[in-house]
Amino acid sequence: MTCRVIVVTSGKGGVGKTTTTANLSVALASRGYKVVAMDADIGLRNLDVVLGLENRIVYTLVDVVEGNCRLLQALVRDKRVNNLHLLPAAQTRTKDAVTPEQMRTLCDELREHFDFVLVDSPAGIEGGFRNAAVGADEALVVTTPEVSAVRDADRIIGMLEAMGKSPIRLIINRIRPYMVKRGDMLDVGDVLDILAVDLVGVVPDDDSVVTSTNRGEPLTLGGNSPASKAFENISLRLCGEDVPFLNLDNPEKEGLFGKVKKLFGL
Amino acid sequence: MGFLSRLFGSGGTKNVAKERLQLVLIHDRTDISPALMEDLRRDLIAVISNYLEIDEMHIDIDLEREDRSVALVANIPVRTVKRAYARPGRDGEMSSGE
Repeated sequence: MTCRVIVVTSGKGGVGKTTTTANLSVALASRGYKVVAMDADIGLRNLDVVLGLENRIVYTLVDVVEGNCRLLQALVRDKRVNNLHLLPAAQTRTKDAVTPEQMRTLCDELREHFDFVLVDSPAGIEGGFRNAAVGADEALVVTTPEVSAVRDADRIIGMLEAMGKSPIRLIINRIRPYMVKRGDMLDVGDVLDILAVDLVGVVPDDDSVVTSTNRGEPLTLGGNSPASKAFENISLRLCGEDVPFLNLDNPEKEGLFGKVKKLFGL
Repeated sequence: MGFLSRLFGSGGTKNVAKERLQLVLIHDRTDISPALMEDLRRDLIAVISNYLEIDEMHIDIDLEREDRSVALVANIPVRTVKRAYARPGRDGEMSSGE
């Protein structure tokens, strides 16, 4: 298959770009695709710790660009999943260490060897974001159902459109069904009304995301949490499969407190 | 407050969030400041007044959003249509309305 380079971005920080990149990379590799997860957040790298590969980094993306090593040497191969590789960012450098032209060349070189390149973008709309997006064909925009995140997503979507990325698809992260139900959180329909882009996934707010990051083991390595299922589904939709969206009103997930509340009709 | 508003069924805070977002995005997407809107309004009135007599007090000019595009919508009540006007640079010649 021809390689697809997909930038994962958001505008606002802390909405789940790195978690999304890690989980989708694992999910795609588990399906047999050859995948590179690229950390484009130079100076503030985190994809390595979220993937649990921080102790195995020898070279970085900047080393490749500066000719200190060959591209394939810098890739950290994940021993838990076949076909998954991390291209780490440099931690002691800044966003200016690479140029857009170098990033494009890097992505094009990776195309020859892999099926998917997922580029984890830094927050913001400046050079770091542009470097992350320049070599990509497609974009995944991650947002949460909050005014600040949605506003920034709108800005970033406009910029991605201007850069000619297509398709640009949306992931709504950290939906809390109980807040949506009582009308205190924007629901999926509200966010889509506002942003007017295609939806590719809805990820419920899930404690297991925190614990999996604590361990450095992405949820999609195994396990059955709601967020894990959501990321699996996104990976399938990326491959063109028609997967229905999760029913987030699943009563099994509301816990004891929810059941007690229901008992009293609250 | 939260308790009271829920008691009286005025809904959650998400509608507030949605309305505020929609408003703020109109300006984000067009980068048009209130000062620019005011200038635009003044110039529009000046230009249109050359041709029509309009009710300046009831002019409604706003940016309206639809999906990813924004339209300038102006509602300008016309009092009377001027009978005739002199075309600039053509002294003495009258429009066909005469």
